Amino acid sequence: MTHDHFKNRMIDYLAGQLTCKAVTEAITDYLEGNLGLMERIRFQMHLGCCRGCRRYLRQMRLTLRTVGTLPKDPIPPAVRDELLQRFRTWKARSQT
Amino acid sequence: MEPGFLLEDVALLQALRKGDETAFAQLIDHYQASLLRLAMTFVSSHAVAEEVVQETWIGVLEGIGRFEERSSLKTWIFRILTNRAKTRGMRERRHAPLSPLGNSTEDPETPAVDPSRFQTAGYWVDHWKSLPRYWDDETPERLFLSKEGLAQIEKAISALPPIQRQVITLRDMGGVTAVEVCNILSIGETHQRVLLHRARSHVRRALEKYLEEGDSQP
Repeated sequence: MTHDHFKNRMIDYLAGQLTCKAVTEAITDYLEGNLGLMERIRFQMHLGCCRGCRRYLRQMRLTLRTVGTLPKDPIPPAVRDELLQRFRTWKARSQT
Repeated sequence: MEPGFLLEDVALLQALRKGDETAFAQLIDHYQASLLRLAMTFVSSHAVAEEVVQETWIGVLEGIGRFEERSSLKTWIFRILTNRAKTRGMRERRHAPLSPLGNSTEDPETPAVDPSRFQTAGYWVDHWKSLPRYWDDETPERLFLSKEGLAQIEKAISALPPIQRQVITLRDMGGVTAVEVCNILSIGETHQRVLLHRARSHVRRALEKYLEEGDSQP
């Protein structure tokens, strides 16, 4: 698996150089807080001296914000009314 | 590991069980859009997805008395939807064996970034050949401004394999935690993370392509 492959490779790089490619594959683990302490330090050290990867991380964060703040379709009033009507029916039934 | 029952759930649940209509209205206003999005990843049409969501709410009302508070209310509602949507999806596929949603576990392996973006030789192999662009803070808002921008984001998400769509919809749109997602979709933690990684990377790539299309400035 590409993801695991790069993750393993990243661990290998604990003793060497971390590549930008490895950073792009480990980024979700980083954002999810799933990197071990040493991996995390190595990742952050790379970020500290790599403008490209800082931008990449920024793009990723903005992507998440874009997806998370997509305007939501409001519930059509008819659908909402029907649901509330069902609630009333349920209430009447469950309280008798 | 499940974060479990939340304090705000307690009040909401009590109100619901007492038959408080505003509590139910609050619940549907809060979850309807996320439920519909999730349902869309299992079935082939908007109409069927809407039916599945309606069925989910009926399931919520029918089950609320028996809800045992071992998971959060949110997880419980999403699980009801997932179960119903899966059943509907399976039924649909039996009648249409060539449905494009046929293989819901389809999970192609693609690198997060186009390999041509990296150097292929020398000391700096696998480092950026051309740096990613700087995206400013208003990028999401700017994308939302145009119909085309919105359509591109939707297109990027709907192009994902269903299981990836399910994960990104729950995590990044529904605000559901990783542990809850595993519970709702019955997948393992590592698998969840891989799916999330692929989905997010794909969407970033699509946004990058759209934002920089026809724009050759480095």
